Amino acid sequence: MTLLAVERIKLFSTRSPWWCMALAIALTVGMASLIAANTGDQFPLNVAVTQSFTDFGMVVIMVMAALAATTEYRFGTIRATFLAVPSRTGALVAKATVVALLAGVVGEVVAFGSWGISKLIKPNVDLAINSTAEWRNVAGTGLVFMIAALLAVAVGILIRQTAGAVAILLVYTMLVENLIGLIPTLGQKIQRWLPFMHANNFRTADGAPVTDGPGAGSQLDFPFGPWGSLAYFAAIGVGLLVVALVVAKRRDA
Amino acid sequence: MIEAAGLTKHYGTTVAVDDLSFTVEAGRVTGFLGPNGAGKSTTMRMILGLDTPNKGRALIDGKPYVELKRPLGTVGALLDAKWVHPNRSARSHLRWLAKSNHISYQRVDEVLEMVGLTAVAHRNAGGFSLGMAQRLGIAGALLGDPSVLLFDEPVNGLDPEGIVWIRQFMHRLAGEGRTVLVSSHLLSEMAQTAQDLIVIGRGKLIAQTSTDQFIKDATEDSVRVRSPHADKLRELLDGSAAVTDDAVDGALVVHGMDPASIGELAAANGVVLHELSPTRGSLEEAFMQLTKESVEYHGA
Amino acid sequence: MTLLAVERIKLFSTRSPWWCMALAMVITIGMAALISANTDDRFPLTVSVSQGFSNFGMVVIMVMAALAVTTEYRFGTIRATFLAVPGRVQALLAKTAVVALLAGVVGEAVAFGSWGIGTLIKPDADMAINSSAEWRNVAGTGLVFALAAVLAVAVGVLVRQTAGAVAILLVYTMLVESLIGLIPTLGQKIQRWLPFQNSTNFQTAGNESFMNETGGLDYPFGPWGSLVYFAAICVGLLVVALVVAKRRDA
Repeated sequence: MTLLAVERIKLFSTRSPWWCMALAIALTVGMASLIAANTGDQFPLNVAVTQSFTDFGMVVIMVMAALAATTEYRFGTIRATFLAVPSRTGALVAKATVVALLAGVVGEVVAFGSWGISKLIKPNVDLAINSTAEWRNVAGTGLVFMIAALLAVAVGILIRQTAGAVAILLVYTMLVENLIGLIPTLGQKIQRWLPFMHANNFRTADGAPVTDGPGAGSQLDFPFGPWGSLAYFAAIGVGLLVVALVVAKRRDA
Repeated sequence: MIEAAGLTKHYGTTVAVDDLSFTVEAGRVTGFLGPNGAGKSTTMRMILGLDTPNKGRALIDGKPYVELKRPLGTVGALLDAKWVHPNRSARSHLRWLAKSNHISYQRVDEVLEMVGLTAVAHRNAGGFSLGMAQRLGIAGALLGDPSVLLFDEPVNGLDPEGIVWIRQFMHRLAGEGRTVLVSSHLLSEMAQTAQDLIVIGRGKLIAQTSTDQFIKDATEDSVRVRSPHADKLRELLDGSAAVTDDAVDGALVVHGMDPASIGELAAANGVVLHELSPTRGSLEEAFMQLTKESVEYHGA
Repeated sequence: MTLLAVERIKLFSTRSPWWCMALAMVITIGMAALISANTDDRFPLTVSVSQGFSNFGMVVIMVMAALAVTTEYRFGTIRATFLAVPGRVQALLAKTAVVALLAGVVGEAVAFGSWGIGTLIKPDADMAINSSAEWRNVAGTGLVFALAAVLAVAVGVLVRQTAGAVAILLVYTMLVESLIGLIPTLGQKIQRWLPFQNSTNFQTAGNESFMNETGGLDYPFGPWGSLVYFAAICVGLLVVALVVAKRRDA
């Protein structure tokens, strides 16, 4: 518990996490309101539509998570951390936990905030969260944000360099996974095994299809059902973190 | 020659530099002295056109820095030895600087030789020790063979050998007729390096004078006298000198009379003396006395 | 010319530009090879298809361009630069020119490399660059890369911070512009005015392929008009950045 408190203090005593969280929440919820306001008979509002902008919140939170690791390397505070807590694994697991918890909270705020503001703007539309698919779509956002944050912390520890870690995470998440789909036939076969495609599958399977953007993977023929996809996504996130911890333990700080 | 006239810089409501005016003469090492946070670096950055003053201006040989045609040929500056890209070699760092001011690559090798970095010139600057980085910074400052040199806290973190090296280097540069302004928060360091002093505190000018004069004014000479007949001696001295008691061992501390006169007075009156020693006030004490009001952060 | 040489030395004497350029070319051309190898009757290889991955190269080059500025701020070498060249506008313009030129060269290498490897892998496919639309799609890549680099330099100057600049550039380019399309009706009206949608219009207008994503948008300009519009935004942002850099304490 002490280690968690330590990491909490470290995270909240700098400005960038606050900025990232504010940005993730404000922009996502703001865009959700813009979307809701513009729905009509032709493009009806439903629970899934309120969640269309949550990927933006996720990538911002991934940047925050990566920064939590890389800024420690940049400013040398990682050495101070390892001096204070010689068990590196303990220190880094505590950091990953705090960041993931925070990401989870932001995820829920973003999801329910987007849903809530849509409900306020269009009170006559049926936005009741009834089916499990709808619950996954909204409440599942926190879980996806958490795992994405773990993955981002892992990449941050492995790369140790802000520019590199942020670029790799963003380019991979937002571009590479989608562009791979451009390879004829083979592309979709690869895509059905890619982590963020599974994160989307978990949130959008059996729900209203997402029409465009990074959610387009929902038309893929996934090897798992939604919960299987979540487990697979989590396994990749945690697996990468384990690799990062082993590397950090062996490497000179 | 450097002239500052009414330099003023605010950051929000904090006044970093407050109506600061001074001149730095050629051919001498001028110390720029003040406690940490007094505004020394900000002033140097304004002299170099990096920061824009809210009021006032700074001129180098009669011109603002930004109007210099080949600035490195006029002014060399070492503000922060860490201002190099860690993945760039020392030679590459100096080469791009040289290129920007039409300085030959041959001169790059000359200055590397001058500061003793020739052997490591191909190595990335990120791997340099502080002393080596400092030498690289000085090499950069010397690149254009400038007539004006500015150094911000150049001895910070250096080993004794490096400190002596920099000190001699600056004396040589001033001896060649250049203007040398060097900042420090240590008066003892400046006493050995600088001939003139500009002392600031909280962004304001406290004194501009020669170092000797500053030390003389700031530190008062006194004489410690111990005698079994202290009371009699005190009576004899009364009127011609100020006498106080040393709190620790009860010796008399005499101000305003030299040791010889005190000895003669004692002998003429048959007073036995056990100790008669002149003492000089410490530099650091004097400096602290002067800047006491203007130190930004006090210890508890 | 001297200033250009200075910035060239600075850029090439560190490692990250080399890494970015290598990555941009190797991965883009490698993926083009993979795409070409998997084309068949159903998904035929065309000139346009061979360029399907060039956006990847563009974002990597944008990262390189932003880093060229932000690392100068991070390591304080920007101050050394402004001491050596007190005319900040000239110094930053020279940097922009060098970075944009390099981006343009990488863009052409990526485009013709992707096209070339496609023709090698599928020699029977019709890969001749005949129409002006096809020329735009391939040779236009360099122009788009160069302008995107100008924009990235501008953002780097304004933000001064690597993490912030890279995140803003990547999230905006790759996510925000496409997510905005999710706003019903209004989304597409906004999108047709967004810079990277217009750069895509310049490259892909008139090029039919199974992966063409940009159909649908009703652009206010033709392909060349879109390029001019894109250029105006990039250069406009650079002007703002230069004015800010001139006023700001270094």
